Amino acid sequence: MTEAPQPNDRFDRVPVVPDTHEGGPEHLTVAEALARQVSRRNVVAGIGVAAAAAGAVGLGLPVLSRPAQAKAEAVEWHDHAHADGPAAAASDLAKHQWVMVFDLRRCDGCGKCSDACIDMHFLQKETPWIRVYERESSGGQKYFLPVPCQACEDPPCTKVCPVTATYRVQDGVTLVDQSVCIGCRMCLAACPYGVRTFSWNEPRKAPTSLAGPTPEFPVPQKLGTAGKCVMCVHNLRVGKFPGCVDACGMDAIYIGDLETDTMTNGTETFRLSQYLKENDAFRLREELNTGPRVYYVAGHGQNLEF
Amino acid sequence: MVSLAIPQHHEVSEITEVASRPILQGGIRFWLIAGFFAIFVAAGIGAYAYQVMHGLGVTGYNDSVFWAVYESNLVAFIGISYGGAVTSALLRLAGAGWRAPIVRMAEAMALVSLCVGALFGIIHLGRPDRLLELFTRPHATSPIVWDFLAITTYIVATVVFLYLPLIPDLGAVRDFVGPRVGGWRLRVYRILALGWRDLPVQRRIVEQSMTVVAIVIIPLAVSVHSVLAWAFGVTVRVGWHSTILAPYFVVAALLSGVAAVILVVYAFRRAYHLEEYITVKQFRYLSYLMLALGLGYLYLTISEMLTESYVLDEQTAPLLQSMLIGSFSPFFWFFLIVGGAIPTLLVVLPWTRTPAGIALAALLTVVGMWVKRLVIVIPPLEQPVFDRVARGYQVSITEILVTLGATAAIPLLLMLFFRVFPILSIDEIHEVAEEELAAHHERHEEFTGRGPVRAEGGVR
Repeated sequence: MTEAPQPNDRFDRVPVVPDTHEGGPEHLTVAEALARQVSRRNVVAGIGVAAAAAGAVGLGLPVLSRPAQAKAEAVEWHDHAHADGPAAAASDLAKHQWVMVFDLRRCDGCGKCSDACIDMHFLQKETPWIRVYERESSGGQKYFLPVPCQACEDPPCTKVCPVTATYRVQDGVTLVDQSVCIGCRMCLAACPYGVRTFSWNEPRKAPTSLAGPTPEFPVPQKLGTAGKCVMCVHNLRVGKFPGCVDACGMDAIYIGDLETDTMTNGTETFRLSQYLKENDAFRLREELNTGPRVYYVAGHGQNLEF
Repeated sequence: MVSLAIPQHHEVSEITEVASRPILQGGIRFWLIAGFFAIFVAAGIGAYAYQVMHGLGVTGYNDSVFWAVYESNLVAFIGISYGGAVTSALLRLAGAGWRAPIVRMAEAMALVSLCVGALFGIIHLGRPDRLLELFTRPHATSPIVWDFLAITTYIVATVVFLYLPLIPDLGAVRDFVGPRVGGWRLRVYRILALGWRDLPVQRRIVEQSMTVVAIVIIPLAVSVHSVLAWAFGVTVRVGWHSTILAPYFVVAALLSGVAAVILVVYAFRRAYHLEEYITVKQFRYLSYLMLALGLGYLYLTISEMLTESYVLDEQTAPLLQSMLIGSFSPFFWFFLIVGGAIPTLLVVLPWTRTPAGIALAALLTVVGMWVKRLVIVIPPLEQPVFDRVARGYQVSITEILVTLGATAAIPLLLMLFFRVFPILSIDEIHEVAEEELAAHHERHEEFTGRGPVRAEGGVR
C-alpha cells in the first residue's frame, strides 16, 4: 500500500526555517533575477520588486540542503551527455527543485504565455508548450486553465522512451534530447496531460546565435522528434524566469523551488508551502500518482477535480 | 514413422510435379499480375520516400492523433502473420492431417506479412535514420523495445519454421525440377537443400527440430501481439488502458490470420489448379476455425464494451459515443456487420459454405479486422486531453499509397516466393498419406487395392 501523495504533503516536511549550517547566506537565484525584471514591470514594479527582493533577502533564503525525505523520492537521473547545463554539475542541479504555481483567479486567458513560449522556442503557432484551456465552473462561469508540462516526479513519458531520449534531470525538469529521439511518439501516448508536441514538419529556423540546440534549450526544434515544456530550465539555472512567467501580464504564474521553499512571479514572493496550504492549491490528475509539480490555485468556483 | 514399401519415388515426383507448377509455369499471365501488384508497391515506396524527405507532416497525423493508419497497419499485418503459426504449428501439434497441403502457403504468408508489418514499425518513425539506437541504447522499460525484441525474434522463428520443412522438399525439387529450370534457382536448391538425401538421420533431425519450433513459435506469437497491445495498454488513455487488450489483440490476430490463410490458399489454388490436393475439406475446416475465433473475438468485444458502458465514467462516455453513434460509428458498425456478422452467416449457412463463399467471408473478415484496428487506435486519440480539442485526423494520400503498397506487397512477394519454392509441402503430404495408409492397413487387414492407396484427405 503506497501512500498517496497529498498536495501539501511534501512541504510539511521541508523545513521552513532556513538552514544556516550551509555556508553563508546565498540569495535565491530567482530572487536575484527579480532585480533584472524592473524594466519590464510597470506601475508598482519598483515597489513590488523592492518588496519582493527585500522579502527574499529578509528571509535570508539560503539554499537548503535537501531533506532526507526528498532524497528518498530521489529523481530519476540519467547520466546523460547533454544533461549537464553549461555551469551545472549534478550536485548543483539538485540544489533546486523547480515547481510552477498558477493563480487561476488572475488568469484572464490572454494566451501571452503561449505566445512567449512559441517565440522563445521557435515552435509552430498551434503547438505551444503551455496551452490555455477555457473551462466552465460548476456555477457556469468561464475560467482559464494554463497547462504546461506538469513536471511529474515519476514521469510516465520517460519510462516508455525506447532510447532514453527523454529523461528527468536533478532539478526536477523532464527534458528531451532531440538529437537522440527516434520519433516513435510513445511519450505522447504516455503523457496524461497531453502536453507533448511533435515536429511533424520542418521546424522554424532559429538564429544561430542562440545557445541551442541542447535538451535544456531545444532551439531550433528537430524534424521528426518530440518536444515539450522544459520550464525554460536554461533560464532558471542562470537566475532568469521562464518565458511564460515573464510574459504574464496578470502575474498569475509563479516559479517555485521546493528546496528553498519560495515562490515568485517577479513582483511577489511567497513562502511556497504556506501559500499552497493557505490557498488550497491542487494539482491536475493527482490520482495518477505521477507526482506533478505544477500547482493551481482556484478561487472562482472552479472545480477542484480535474 | 511407419516405413512401408510403397512406390515412393513415383508418388513423390507426382506431388513434386504439382507443387512445382508455379516454378515451372511462368508466362505472360504471371508477370502481368505481378506487374499489377508491383505498380502499387512502387507507388507505396515512392510515397514513403516523399514522407522521408518532407517529414511525417505529409501524413494526416497531428499532436492529438499521433498514431493512426501506420500503427493500425503494424498491428493488422503482423496479426495476419498469425495464420502461419496457427494453421501450421497448432495443426501440426494436433496431428491434423488435412493441414499438409496448406502449411507451406500459410508459413510463407506468415513470413511475408510479418516482414511487411514490421516495416510499419520503421515507416511510422519520425526519425527512421536513428533506428539503430534501438540496438545501441535500448531502454528496457519501453514497450517499443519489447515490440522490437519480440518482432525480430518472431521473424527469426518464422524463417526457421518455414525453412525446416522446406529442406526435404528442396531435396526433391533439386533432383526432379532443378535440372529443368537450371540457372540460379538450381544453385539455390543445391545450397538450401543442405545435401538432403532422405537419410533416416536427416529426417530425424528435421522432424525433431520441427516439433521444437512448432511448440516454441506459439508462445512467441502470443508474446508478439501481447507486447503490441501493451504499447497501447500501458498508457492512461481511455480505450487503451485496459487489461483485456493483450488477449484481445491475440485473438484478433488469430482470427485475421486464419482468414488470411483462407484467402491465400483460395487464390493460389485457383491460379495453379491445386484442387487435386486442396479440397473443400480444407476450406470447411479453416472456416470453422475462423468462425470459432470470430465468436471468441465477439465475446471479448462484448465483455469490454459492457463493463465500460455500464459504469460509463466521464471519459468513457464520449469515447463510446464516438464509436457507437459518433464520427467513428461507420467504422465500428462496418467491422461488426461486414467484418463479423456477414462472414459468420456465410460460414454458418450450408449453401454458402463453399470455397468461394468461405473465401468471401475471409476477405470480409480481413478487411473488417483492419477497420477494427483503426477503431482501436484512432478514437481514443480523438478524445480531448484537458479540453485540448483534438484536431480530427484526416488520412492523407501518402498513408493511402503506403498502405496500398504494403497490401500489394504481400501477394507479390508470395508469387515471387513460389516462383522459386514449392507451393505444397511435398514431404508433409507424403508423410500424412503414409500415416493414413498405415492406419488404413490396420483397419482393413484384408485390403489389397491396386496402385497407391488414396487415403481420405491428404492425397485424393
